[in-house]
Amino acid sequence: MADQTSEAKKYLVFKLEEDEFGIEIGKISTIIEKDMEITRVPKQPAFLKGVINLRGEIIPVISLRLKFGLSDDVYNEDTRIIILKLDDLSIGLIVDSVAEVVELDDETTESVSNIAGEKSLEYLTGVGKADGRIITLLDLEKIVMLEESAT
Amino acid sequence: MDMSQYLEIFIEESKEHLQSLNQSLLQLEKNPGDRAVLNEIFRVAHTIKGMAGTMGFNKMSKLTHDMENVLHALRNNEIEISSDLVDILFKCLDVLENYTANIVETGTEGDQDSKGLSDVLSDLLKNRKPVSEKAPEQAKADASPVSKGAPGIAADLQLDQYETNIINKAADLGNSAYQITVKLNKGCLLKSARAFIIFKTLERHSEIIKSVPNVQDIEDEKFDFEFTVIVLTKAEEATIKKDLISIAEVDEVIIKLIKEKNESASATAADDQLLQEQINVPADIKQSLISSQDKTEAIARKTKTGKTVRVDIDRLDVLLNLVSELIIQKTRLEGLEGIERTQQYVEAIEYLERITTNLHDAVMKVRMVPVETVFNRFPRMIRDVSRELGKEVELEMSGIDTELDRTVIDEIGDPLIHLLRNSCDHGIEPREQRKRLGKPESGKIELKAYQDGNNVVIEVGDDGQGINVEKVRQKIIERGLVSREIAANLSKKDVIDFLFKPSFSTADKITDLSGRGVGLDVVKTKIEALGGTVEVETELGKGSRFFIRLPLTLAIIQALLVLIGEEKYAIQLSSVHKIINITPEDIKMVQKQEVVMYRDTVIPVVRLKDALEVPGESDEEQKIMTLVIVKKGERLTGFMVDRIIGQQEIVQKSLGKYLSGTKVITSATILGDGNVALILDVNSLAY
Repeated sequence: MADQTSEAKKYLVFKLEEDEFGIEIGKISTIIEKDMEITRVPKQPAFLKGVINLRGEIIPVISLRLKFGLSDDVYNEDTRIIILKLDDLSIGLIVDSVAEVVELDDETTESVSNIAGEKSLEYLTGVGKADGRIITLLDLEKIVMLEESAT
Repeated sequence: MDMSQYLEIFIEESKEHLQSLNQSLLQLEKNPGDRAVLNEIFRVAHTIKGMAGTMGFNKMSKLTHDMENVLHALRNNEIEISSDLVDILFKCLDVLENYTANIVETGTEGDQDSKGLSDVLSDLLKNRKPVSEKAPEQAKADASPVSKGAPGIAADLQLDQYETNIINKAADLGNSAYQITVKLNKGCLLKSARAFIIFKTLERHSEIIKSVPNVQDIEDEKFDFEFTVIVLTKAEEATIKKDLISIAEVDEVIIKLIKEKNESASATAADDQLLQEQINVPADIKQSLISSQDKTEAIARKTKTGKTVRVDIDRLDVLLNLVSELIIQKTRLEGLEGIERTQQYVEAIEYLERITTNLHDAVMKVRMVPVETVFNRFPRMIRDVSRELGKEVELEMSGIDTELDRTVIDEIGDPLIHLLRNSCDHGIEPREQRKRLGKPESGKIELKAYQDGNNVVIEVGDDGQGINVEKVRQKIIERGLVSREIAANLSKKDVIDFLFKPSFSTADKITDLSGRGVGLDVVKTKIEALGGTVEVETELGKGSRFFIRLPLTLAIIQALLVLIGEEKYAIQLSSVHKIINITPEDIKMVQKQEVVMYRDTVIPVVRLKDALEVPGESDEEQKIMTLVIVKKGERLTGFMVDRIIGQQEIVQKSLGKYLSGTKVITSATILGDGNVALILDVNSLAY
């Protein structure tokens, strides 16, 4: 049972500008198109874009671009909101586009300590390689956690 | 046998029994001589023992068993009730509650040992007085009250004069009296229901004049697997037997003809105290003597209460969410554009509106819980606190049937405990002081709940010393919260408001003041989080009274929708006082604060566009501006908005954990177009 496949994890790959990032599939509840209004919530940091109505539930939405210090989102037909489910917290991440699902295992991932000099290092857990591409793996809890201490 | 499926029922029922034990103990303390209460306590202890035993909770079962022994001795007057004894019983109750809490959490009773208590209980028994001759026999019967009704299978029931008379009279009319003992199958689950069927069957051709155990006990399943009735009938013995034996789960039917002229029975009955107790005809039996119809009703009442269902609160939440969705869609339908509004369409919409409103009401009603469920733990608490403080405090509760939404009920307990403790601790004076002041030695705390329009008001009042406003004012100055001059001009109400401020209540030692203030900000925060308000009236030397005003329902409210810049916001209609139009000239500056005159009072103005940091051009002064005047408690504030959209029924939705710290917003709602609008927190935005 303890073969390679059991250690392989599936990641959803999405893009911000030209960079590719990966999120563990298990933490995603759904992916939606950005076709509804995001209601701004006053007195919140800029990366917290506001809230949306997802099938009757109010869900906060974060701009990863602003979070990572990139320019503000320009919404187009590729824009997606990835809805995460972390424990009992639902939260949306706005990304430029969603690419595909890749499988990564221990052989094709490197832990973050081996990479130096990345500027948004604090949100990374590691880097994966698939078909010669480099996929940055995100520490979602950290992205979400930081808000709480920031506000 | 797997008991897990019964665990929930066990927990629920244990909680109920422990609650009733609590109430009975309090009563017992007040009226130590009350046999009925003692019997009730005994019965509850016995029930818990049985339940716990079945579920394999041996510690509970052991402790209740030991309690039973003591209670039994009490009933036989072998030992006397003292307040120490009641204390011990209360301790037992605490331990039992602890066990139950542990069972809720972990499924086991936990490690707490009740050996100490058991020892104390058995020590009590050592001191018992020499018992009368009769006691052992009585004790034997009393030790198992559940089965006390059945005096042996075919033993003759003793009849009193009245019953004998009736039998004799019936005989004159050609009716015979039979004593029927019915034995149910040991596997019978719904004994009372079975008994009900048996009664019904008997009533087809006969009249039941007596039953042992009595009807109430049978309804409550307080009997083993057999019971005995006396009936008057014209039917044949064989017919009755055939009818009864054909009922499922009836194992055996023993019928004996009662010969008339049974007068001697009454004499023996009077002698035999034990049987007298059984024959002591309770009211319901007396009724059944007059008309068996009434008794049927009594049983029917029981069956009716049997029709209630326990529902997990989560399921109700799901239901409420669905209703909320429905209302949102209804609102959406109403607002759809590009539809020809034919008569039929309008009628359909109106009908839909009515149904959704009724549906909402119905669901909300299901979620309503009487405040009693919170209040019922207070008498015990007051008792403990007052003993701790060496004061005498009476708690008077009223309006315990007043209902509130479940979510409110769950949250309201802590603030009330806070206020009640406050009243006990700081409101009510020590006994000697009260005496000196010519007040009754025992202090009084009043806890009152009642409905007032769309609100429920809970009052906590005491006849203690009240709040010393001047002392509080002094404290405000000492703490440098405001300057001496301003403090001197603060009204009584303003001064008292300081008690609710966090800065005030975190003070190191406030008890030397009038004491009010410790944690009052916590009370206020909690109540406001529930959409309610707290106010206090106080008179020095006479007492204080806190008013907690809570909305009846939380989920669906009437709101005013306003437009600010491009953004839509909702303001709870209950806090809107009036909407007025003003011109820029109406706005004056007072101490760097924009104000307007409204009905001869100066009210502050909040430009929501600025307060909410709404993006877009800052206000180019319009000729006419709209001011929504909101009230926060008694105070008015004007909210400047760009446009009023209208009044709407909205469904409040939580912003969730992530945004729970947001100050100016309480929650959100979903509009007909599917977009989210935020609901403004009037309390934090208004002055």
